[in-house]
Amino acid sequence: MRTRRERLSLRVHGRSVVVCAGLAAVLFAVVVGTLTSGDFELSVPEVLGALAGQGEGGADFIIFTLRLPRLLTALFVGAALAVSGAILQSLSGNPLGSPDVIGFTNGSATGALIVIIALGGGMIETALGALAGGVVAALLIYLLAFTGGVQGFRFILVGIGISALALSVNSYLITRASLHDAVSAQAWLIGSVNGRGWEQVTAVGAALAILLPLGLVYARRLSMLELGDDTATALGVGVERSRFVLIVVSVLLAAIATAAAGPIWFVALAAPQLARRLTHGTGPGLVPSALMGALLLAAGDLAVQRLFPTSQLPVGTATGCLGGLYLIWLLASEWRGKGSYT
Amino acid sequence: MSRLRADNVTLAYDQRTVATDLDVAIPDGSFTVVVGPNACGKSTLLKALARMLKPATGGVYLDGRLISSYRSREVARRLGLLPQTSIAPSGITVGDLVARGRYPHQRMLRQWSSEDEAVVTESMRRTGVLELSGRLVDELSGGQRQRVWLAMVLAQQTSILLLDEPTTFLDIAHQIEVLDLCAGLHEDEGHTLVAVLHDLNQACRYATHLIVLRPGGEIAAQGDPSEIVTAALVEDVFGLPCRIIDDPESGTPLIVPARRDRGRPTRHPVVSAHAS
Repeated sequence: MRTRRERLSLRVHGRSVVVCAGLAAVLFAVVVGTLTSGDFELSVPEVLGALAGQGEGGADFIIFTLRLPRLLTALFVGAALAVSGAILQSLSGNPLGSPDVIGFTNGSATGALIVIIALGGGMIETALGALAGGVVAALLIYLLAFTGGVQGFRFILVGIGISALALSVNSYLITRASLHDAVSAQAWLIGSVNGRGWEQVTAVGAALAILLPLGLVYARRLSMLELGDDTATALGVGVERSRFVLIVVSVLLAAIATAAAGPIWFVALAAPQLARRLTHGTGPGLVPSALMGALLLAAGDLAVQRLFPTSQLPVGTATGCLGGLYLIWLLASEWRGKGSYT
Repeated sequence: MSRLRADNVTLAYDQRTVATDLDVAIPDGSFTVVVGPNACGKSTLLKALARMLKPATGGVYLDGRLISSYRSREVARRLGLLPQTSIAPSGITVGDLVARGRYPHQRMLRQWSSEDEAVVTESMRRTGVLELSGRLVDELSGGQRQRVWLAMVLAQQTSILLLDEPTTFLDIAHQIEVLDLCAGLHEDEGHTLVAVLHDLNQACRYATHLIVLRPGGEIAAQGDPSEIVTAALVEDVFGLPCRIIDDPESGTPLIVPARRDRGRPTRHPVVSAHAS
């Protein structure tokens, strides 16, 4: 795509545009479905009226207090997790390099549990604890895995180690907690967008608004890093600095998303891979991943709301089940294809 | 004249010193080949010339300025490097991979000009991979893949090209194919080439300027291969007794290693009882 005299020339992957448009269309349908259906059915005009600020009291309450914050949280958290995963998978050159596999998520959980159990903090404090926990876990992995150049596989192995460590700390914390604290800790540990309000929407939305453009600016450097450190340097990429910025973006997105919704498994792992399989693209593909993540989580949440209306099933369990199956399929097909994991 | 030179450099990884007080000047327009025994610092020298390794002392100069004083992208427009190992992301096509070589010439809002497109096409034509453009890099043979990587480096449009063991892992026919291609780039387009090679005979045939490194990273000899390569030099540097004859094809020095045990027929080697 070029303007005349080529002041502006962008390279656009045709199939990616089609896939993005398709994902956006499906996403729109899910948004409409989420806002209109439920215990109180609303018509599209009623929803539009409420959104325009001219709704009746009932519709207004249902949209602005119940459905819209929950929907937006799901969209933003899904997108944030997916972009975080896309960046990390690209940096580590491995589909397993995703924040939920390599310990960012469990680290966030440790931070949150310490706040809930040891400090007795409320919702905001818990979120801050989760944020801090995720960042500390990432820092540990960075220090242990990144000294003297990066190797994707080492990064993932260290990450899995940190993840296991955080998980055992989490279990220990729960055994030491009072019954009441243990119940609220356990509730937090199952990620959900149920009952999320405008604070979460604003926090994750602001993080996305800042970090996603930064990620997009660095996306081209990221696709150069995929060629290996030496080649990237030879092509004029400042390897260390670019990698650092990208990791910071990825960690913050994952940590803020987890702080808002609790640990939601496998969106970060699966969304970039699904997007990539649809676009047949190479490179990180941050925009299709973001759309896919938003769609997975919003559609997942709509499904648990409608399929199990009475039990208030958290969306974290749904993504966990589906993602687990996907992970098994991914590992099985990778190993079948290559015969080894080198 | 030398656009690229290393002045009095000491090269070291952390504590381990590979070479001390090395002076190397790459003659402009030459096909310079660096040879030497394993672990003598050939690749390390190339890395230093390509600013991948910062010398412990001394400096590498590109066009009269310290190479470390350039912006990374500016170096990438003057000097290209084909590293020993590059990673092709899975699912990438030949055309996409070669196009990534245009990165140092692109901007955020100027990602794909018609010049970019023309250069990428020409690079692929030059290396004979144009018809593979839509194929996946994963599916190619080793020789084809190496030509694709060469095309990517060519797309960078630098007049100086550094190649770190470009023939490793290739069979002899593909080795010659890649080296002929390099020689063509040097002769027809006037590129300055610096390559690290393992095979002394290939080095002698293709190099216009040969740098022979001794273990410990000291220059044993440098110059036109026909003038500097002698049996004494090879024995001194590689510890290999040999004879030097003229290559019947090119007239360049051809190293013929001496038989392990002169005067005894090798038809019945002593160890044959154990080898089955």
